[in-house]
Amino acid sequence: MTRSVETVRGAIVALLVAMAAGSVLVIVAGGSPLEVWRTLLTSTLGDRASLGQVIFRATPLVFTGLAVAVPLRAGLFNIGAEGQLTAAALTCAVVAALVPSSTPAVLAIGAAVATAMATGAAVGATTGALRVYRGAHEVIVAILLNAIIAGVALWLGNRSLFVGEATRTATIVPGAVLPSLGFAGSSASWSFVGAVITAGIIFWLLARTTAGFVWTATGRNLDAARAAGLPVDRARVSSMALAGALAGLAGAHFVLGHKHAYENGLGRGVGFVGIAVALLAQGNALAIVGSALLFGLLAQGGLGVAGLVPKELVDVLQAVVLLAAAITMRVRTRR
Amino acid sequence: MMDFVATLLTWGVLAQLVRIAVPYVLAALGGTLTERSGVIDLAIEAKLLCGAFAAAVATVESDSVAVGIVAGALAGASVGAVQAVAAIRLGAEQVVTGIALNLAAVGLTRFLLGAIYGHDESSLNIVGHDHTVWRSPIVWLAIALVALVVIGLERSRPGLRIRAVGEHPEAVAAAGASVVRTRWLALLIGGAVAGVGGAQLSLGVGQFVPEMSGGRGYVALAAVIMSGWRPGRAALVCVGFGAAETLQIRMQNLGGGLPPELVALLPYALALVLLVAIKPRTSAPSAIGKPWP
Repeated sequence: MTRSVETVRGAIVALLVAMAAGSVLVIVAGGSPLEVWRTLLTSTLGDRASLGQVIFRATPLVFTGLAVAVPLRAGLFNIGAEGQLTAAALTCAVVAALVPSSTPAVLAIGAAVATAMATGAAVGATTGALRVYRGAHEVIVAILLNAIIAGVALWLGNRSLFVGEATRTATIVPGAVLPSLGFAGSSASWSFVGAVITAGIIFWLLARTTAGFVWTATGRNLDAARAAGLPVDRARVSSMALAGALAGLAGAHFVLGHKHAYENGLGRGVGFVGIAVALLAQGNALAIVGSALLFGLLAQGGLGVAGLVPKELVDVLQAVVLLAAAITMRVRTRR
Repeated sequence: MMDFVATLLTWGVLAQLVRIAVPYVLAALGGTLTERSGVIDLAIEAKLLCGAFAAAVATVESDSVAVGIVAGALAGASVGAVQAVAAIRLGAEQVVTGIALNLAAVGLTRFLLGAIYGHDESSLNIVGHDHTVWRSPIVWLAIALVALVVIGLERSRPGLRIRAVGEHPEAVAAAGASVVRTRWLALLIGGAVAGVGGAQLSLGVGQFVPEMSGGRGYVALAAVIMSGWRPGRAALVCVGFGAAETLQIRMQNLGGGLPPELVALLPYALALVLLVAIKPRTSAPSAIGKPWP
């Protein structure tokens, strides 16, 4: 109980700090903070269509937030959601375009999603295994892998997968398309429902299962968990594999629920914002949904205030929220 | 093949290698200083980018390369100062602090570029200055800094203290010295050194382009780690990365062979392979990542 109160308090402090810093930035840029904050709210919560766009932008952030939260529980930092997402989106798009167009939707979507999860998991597991068995720091490995995967995806695309002049793969078969939620004409699709269900499953996995217990014990005290005979090495690798699969779902969301193909640069930045989403939610899987909605609101509101302040300010503001979350997170765990 | 090798053995290629290697070397030196004091330095990328931007603006505005270099150093030190406030004063999570600073630097430099030079500017050209490597003071400064950091960290009193707060802050505190002040010193100097590396990035090509640091800070940090946090070796590894990038550019110019998308990945792939293959004999500073007190 006190823990959840502290979680909420930490998040509120982080947000207030970010709002203060954001106001200063707006003043520096020659704008009026009050007008900017008001526009940010009315352009996101003002009508149902805007609200749908917030939900649409929050969807991949739920997945990448979870992809950061799970390894964090086991004591590892997953900075590699960007690469995991990119690799997964590419294979997902290839499979979803190759299945026969007569395939039932359940099978087509199932095959595409499974491909995305498997690809992301392979990337995540590689990062985890290099850390656990070779001692290579997972943060650096993941950052290098992000760059390498982006380059390889571009090469594969240019070589054979991109069609026409655009850097875009063939359109997926209609059966593999995740239908729109039909929310006032917004881009929100059924993948948001999938994201909320996934968050629920991860919450249950972390709080109520043996795997969740082993991850938590490993993250709290690696040596103690190892001495107690827990399979800590396997647990750390599996947490990164699951993280990769979750980031893969974010890739599947972009391909099946929005672009209906893989495009170069798809989902860029979503993996990094996922870190902020997870930290603001203090790693709580259910709180991640709320945290993702908040960042979705910020992303959508950034478009709304584009006429008032330069759009780069929203990027800086997201970084400030991340910094504030990093500070409140440590203050809380130190007590 | 022999022809290709022969085209590489020229002064032009050597000059290119030096121009490319210097930002890596200085980034790794700065990163070593910060990490040896016990603070994880994922913000090298931000220090490079802000240094590159400040150096470009200052050189254009003052018409003096020297002013540009100082501005680059100050910008790097400023990033180090923000990092110090978050990581030392407020005890923030250090990996996330670094990532946040890197993201902020991308947005901030873009924003300032637009704010200063109008919003249709996508880059800033530094005209009227000689970009010849051998006449660049940064190159000679970099060579001096390698010697200074190697000797300073090993032999000087502040160097000993920086290493001590990274290994065993309690001992430094017990000896009556300030852990916080020593770490601040390391972060400010480390930031300034990386900032000069950033200055070379923009002044070396006569242009600032948004996001021009392009992941070099991360590659430099990989060099710091695989060299076992020893500045001399880190600098050597970075010359290797500079050579790989030079080779990559030359291979792209030649056309044939590997596809350009893959050739561009050479420094990253090399860093990853070396990071996995090399197990440093000296381990990370014991107190790294842990907030004090």
